[in-house]
Amino acid sequence: MSLHLWIIPLLPLTGAAINGLLGKRFPKAVVNAIALGSTAAAFAYALWVAVQFMGLRADQIPHIEHYATWMTAGSFTAEYGIYLDQLSLVMLLIVTGVGFLIHIYSVGYMEHEGGYYRYFAYLNIFMFFMLTLILANNYLLMFVGWEGVGLASYLLIGFWFLKDSAANAGKKAFITNRVGDFGFLIALFLLIKHIGSLQYDVVFKALAGYPVEASAGLLTAIGLLMMVGASGKSAQIPLYVWLPDAMEGPTPVSALIHAATMVTAGVYMVARSNAVFNRAPIALMVVAVIGTLTAIFAASIGIVQTDIKKVLAYSTISQLGYMFMGCGVAAYGAGIFHLMTHAFFKALLFLSAGAIIHGIGGDQDMRHMGGLRKYMPKTFWCMTVATFTIAGFPPLAAFFSKDEILWATWASGNHVLWLIGLIAAAMTSFYMFRLWFMTFFGEYRGAPAEDSHHSHDAHGGHGTPHESPMVMIVPLMILAVLSFVGGWVGIPAALGGSDRFDHFLDPVFHSVTAEAAPGGQTTATPAEGRAEHEETSTELLFMAISVGAAALGFFGAWYLYYKRTDLPAKMAHAAGGLYTFVLDKYKVDEFYGAVIIRPIVLASTNILWKGIDATLIDGAVNESAAGAQDVSDGVRQMQSGNIRSYAGWVAFGAAVVIAFMVWKGVR
Amino acid sequence: MVPLSYYLVLSAILFACGVAGFLIKRNIITIFMSIELMLNAVNLTFVAFAAELRMLSGHVFVFFVMVVAAAEAAVGLAIIISVFRTRETLNVDRVNLLKL
Repeated sequence: MSLHLWIIPLLPLTGAAINGLLGKRFPKAVVNAIALGSTAAAFAYALWVAVQFMGLRADQIPHIEHYATWMTAGSFTAEYGIYLDQLSLVMLLIVTGVGFLIHIYSVGYMEHEGGYYRYFAYLNIFMFFMLTLILANNYLLMFVGWEGVGLASYLLIGFWFLKDSAANAGKKAFITNRVGDFGFLIALFLLIKHIGSLQYDVVFKALAGYPVEASAGLLTAIGLLMMVGASGKSAQIPLYVWLPDAMEGPTPVSALIHAATMVTAGVYMVARSNAVFNRAPIALMVVAVIGTLTAIFAASIGIVQTDIKKVLAYSTISQLGYMFMGCGVAAYGAGIFHLMTHAFFKALLFLSAGAIIHGIGGDQDMRHMGGLRKYMPKTFWCMTVATFTIAGFPPLAAFFSKDEILWATWASGNHVLWLIGLIAAAMTSFYMFRLWFMTFFGEYRGAPAEDSHHSHDAHGGHGTPHESPMVMIVPLMILAVLSFVGGWVGIPAALGGSDRFDHFLDPVFHSVTAEAAPGGQTTATPAEGRAEHEETSTELLFMAISVGAAALGFFGAWYLYYKRTDLPAKMAHAAGGLYTFVLDKYKVDEFYGAVIIRPIVLASTNILWKGIDATLIDGAVNESAAGAQDVSDGVRQMQSGNIRSYAGWVAFGAAVVIAFMVWKGVR
Repeated sequence: MVPLSYYLVLSAILFACGVAGFLIKRNIITIFMSIELMLNAVNLTFVAFAAELRMLSGHVFVFFVMVVAAAEAAVGLAIIISVFRTRETLNVDRVNLLKL
């Protein structure tokens, strides 16, 4: 049975083509109808597919559809095909669902912007590539989507391309991602060389024959290179630097691409490649360590930022760190679970932030906000749900997912990583409530409108802060509901639930392993080892600890940013250099600039540009042209235009010929 | 009987005169005449050899040359008249529109 899954990515592509090529002449209503219609259709179709999927027998999963051969080179073949299993189904629903909500929101948010049709065409093309990425049945097609979302991200970050900072941020995102893509590509080359295929089913089956690598080997190398790719796309140390700058794009774009969907592609890829990582414990450990370090590193920067979108950006990096932490201890289900809840609450956070920015006329600095609870109550309530869920308060969605990751980390024996993760959770709670208190409580500190000339999203002066139109509020409310109840699909057994989400995903992460070890022992993966010694009482204790950490963050923020609002400035003053160091994001950008970018720019300027290009290549071309001109200048003298000189040349030529013949004849 | 070499030497002298006149004269009519001189120097060679070798083809060839020369004279004079009408000069050094 074919589900005709190719329709799903094709719908947004059609929308993008129509809007992108013809949209300039369309009125806004038509652009909306095409963009939203195609996304809504994709979402509806995805829902239908989900229903069909539930009816499949276990041996029909993964559901693979082959359409055509893309390329053949020797024994290597890549094809157009779609691979639908529990993992890609979850991703499919997240991407189309959240994507559709953000399309709706964008109608309100982008109302006053130029390039309206262009925006929606980009948004649709992003949807197309993201769907290609998650539905592909081989790594090469996935890579097409992988690059494509990078392109869409570049176009949307630089949407206001007349602004230098936006254009530069777009470039930075693209180039940083190229570094990661390089690693990913090498990983794919290694797979082709050693397995001879990039089709998921072939690769996973072949990998089943590989033993778990005790020391670094082929699979470790592949895993690490994949992690390089993932850390580029998913903004992990050391390639996370592009994500904060990506906030130059319109806020709905930040919500869709740089929070909910695209940046999770790396997590998806690691989870998809679990067959590799399960057999490469070293690579898995690196994933966990990178994730944990990123989580706490980004959280610490988030504490001091004052730009509301920057706080959320660092929060995104930090949450992505959690997902990698989960994957890194082989709790892929927990990582994907957090990916899903994060898609809900982070989209909600960004869209609420967008509503705030929209409502106060384009300012993004939290120091100019405050007291907005009165002016925009609906946004306030949505934001409250989002803040409490990201902080990890039960029974909201992120509590379950984050706690599952932390518990899995502890249970896998990485107690240090667990501790760091816990501290990061407390910091998350702190900076999110800091944002919440600074934005919605106290008195409004913004100038009464007008001065939006240096704003990012210039909506013009609006007077007093105001609530956003319903077209923006409704998506917020839907996301708020999802952020509230989204975690209930994965209530752990310790709390009387049944961990349904994990069990749903289990076949993706275990089927291959089961084939690998028909005897049932030897190749036990870390995930399987973990499942055995879960103890309910300990797990409950750890939940209490997590909630305690979240509460600690809440009270810290409450004390500093509600009760004693004079204290933070004093503390910042007392911390002095340390504070500015963190405020400057640990000077990582400057460090990269000095160590990597400057030498490359200098070498490119002096050697490649001025040396090779200008001197060698241009020089060779120019010199040969000049040489030809010099020779011609000399020869041109014969063409005097004077009849008698022509006659002279004829006579001279004849004389030479005769002289030659005479000389020859004598011999 | 005059030896063949006499004819050839006379022919060579005439041809050289033609070439010299062709090169050094400025008047286009004179140049034209120099060309005729060269043609006739060649004709002389032809008939000299024809008489010496007792072959008729040399004579025939001379007639052809004369016909061509007559035609050339007709066309050439027409060109000269046309040039004179437009340039109002017969000095070839001043007929130099092709010069860069």
